[in-house]
Order: sequence, then C-alpha cells, then structure tokens
Amino acid sequence: MLLIHCPYCDETLPELEFAYAGEAHVIRPEDPSAMSDEEWRDFLFIRTNARGPHFERWRHVHGCARFFNAVRDTVSDRFLLTYKAGEPRPDLASLEAAQ
Amino acid sequence: MMTNQTHDFTLAEATARVRIDELAPVSRFSLRVRPAQAATLGRALGLDLPDRIGRIAEAQGRTALCLGPDEWLICAPEAARDAILAAARDAYEAAPHSLTEISDREISYRISGPAAQELLTIACPRDLDLLEPGRAVRTVFDTVQVVLWRDGPQEFRLDVWRSFAPHVRALLEIGQAELAAGL
Ligand SMILES: [Zn+2]
Repeated sequence: MLLIHCPYCDETLPELEFAYAGEAHVIRPEDPSAMSDEEWRDFLFIRTNARGPHFERWRHVHGCARFFNAVRDTVSDRFLLTYKAGEPRPDLASLEAAQ
Repeated sequence: MMTNQTHDFTLAEATARVRIDELAPVSRFSLRVRPAQAATLGRALGLDLPDRIGRIAEAQGRTALCLGPDEWLICAPEAARDAILAAARDAYEAAPHSLTEISDREISYRISGPAAQELLTIACPRDLDLLEPGRAVRTVFDTVQVVLWRDGPQEFRLDVWRSFAPHVRALLEIGQAELAAGL
C-alpha cells in the first residue's frame, strides 16, 4: 500500500484514506464560449499522460477531506512531493535534484 | 471425514482481552467555519477550537475535534443541544458558519482492553502507534468512514454512521472471538 503525505494533516497516511482526482494544474478557461471546439476538447480530455513525474490531484477523502496536489513518478509510483491546493507548481528539475 | 468444532465463548472469555460497548447517545454537530472566525465562534460555544487536525478541546462536558482546516466535530451531552444551537445562532453575524446537527447519524462504540489496538488493526489501515491518547482522527474501518478517538493507551472510541454500524459491529465481534480463541 502507498503511504501518502497529506499537506493539511501533515501526516503520512495509508492510501486507503485517499482518492486520486486526475491531473493537477488544469486551468478552466475564463470564457469557454470564446473557445473553438478543438480547444474545448483539449481542455476536457487531453492530458499529459506522463511517463515519470506527474503532477496530479489527490483528495484525503477519509481524513481532512481536502484536495491537494502531488508529484508522483508514474513508473516507480514514488511520491516526490505533495503540496496544498493553490500553491504554485513546483519546479521539476530542482525536485529531481533533491531526490 | 471433516469435522467442525464449535466453541461458544462465554462473555467472560470474550471480553477478557477486549470489550466492545455501545455508548449512550450524545449531541453531535458538524461545524464548518473559516479559520479566521473560528476563535469567535469557539468563544460563543465555550470551546477553544483547536487549529490542528486531530486535536481535541474540552470544556464543561463539551468536546471539539478538529477534522479539517475548516471543519470541527462538536460533541456534548444531549441536555446541552439547545444551548449550543442558540449560542451559535447568536454568533452568526460575527462568525458566519454552518452548524449541522448529526446526533442521530452515528453510533459510538467503546473498544477497550489490552487487545483493543490489536482488534482495530483488523480493519483500520492507520499505524495506531502514532495515534496518541487524547487525539482523534477521521479514517476508514473496512471501507466505512469512521471517527476514531483514542481516549487512553488501551481505550478507543469509534463513531460509525448508523447504517454501517451492524457491519462494523459484526466485524469487531469476529475479531473479538478470534482474539479470545488465541488466533
Ligand atoms: Zn488530510
């Protein structure tokens, strides 16, 4: 079982308390009606599908109930970092250097 | 030929290592308030609302448990229900909030005895060594969301949503019987 650090509880807790919630930092367009069908499709469905570090949302659904962000390596399943929702996307190069 | 051996445990045998008791009803409220207004609302309720998840504040028989950054569980004797609702209403303008009564939503069990922690590990994925006495957390018990209180080294309390309670209780009793049998 994965152990995940919740940035709100500040504890490392079993995966069973958490739910995966898709890619992080996908920003909803300010004015959807101004977008082309292709742009709207890309917003809704097109994701990076990274092989390696992936920025993604998780929810501590059976704990503090908060959504937060994580960087997880999709090859090793290793979490590089978790951080609160709304915080800036961390720099990948410095994260990997720190590992 | 296969034989089935059955053994009816006496109550004393079953409870020597761990007891499971259903607790009397209490008033419960789910409180949501912005952290900036939490202190104001806490004063109205006579509680110093803790700002760290898992921490508990107690005063005059009332208890506040911090479940999330803006979420608290308030427990109190049933007689205090109306006073809590009135105090929160009076404080609404200074501290806008949501206070929802959930008294009947949950049933609480006390799990106590030398094997209490071991019994909980049958379905709780948390490392209970890290849950200090005097703290409580929301977590899962065999996929059922629960609030788990640690009242002492060998004493826990489990708040379970009413409709899931028979399942949780049955699972606890299976574990209790296995512990009594030395399994
Ligand atoms: Zn959390």
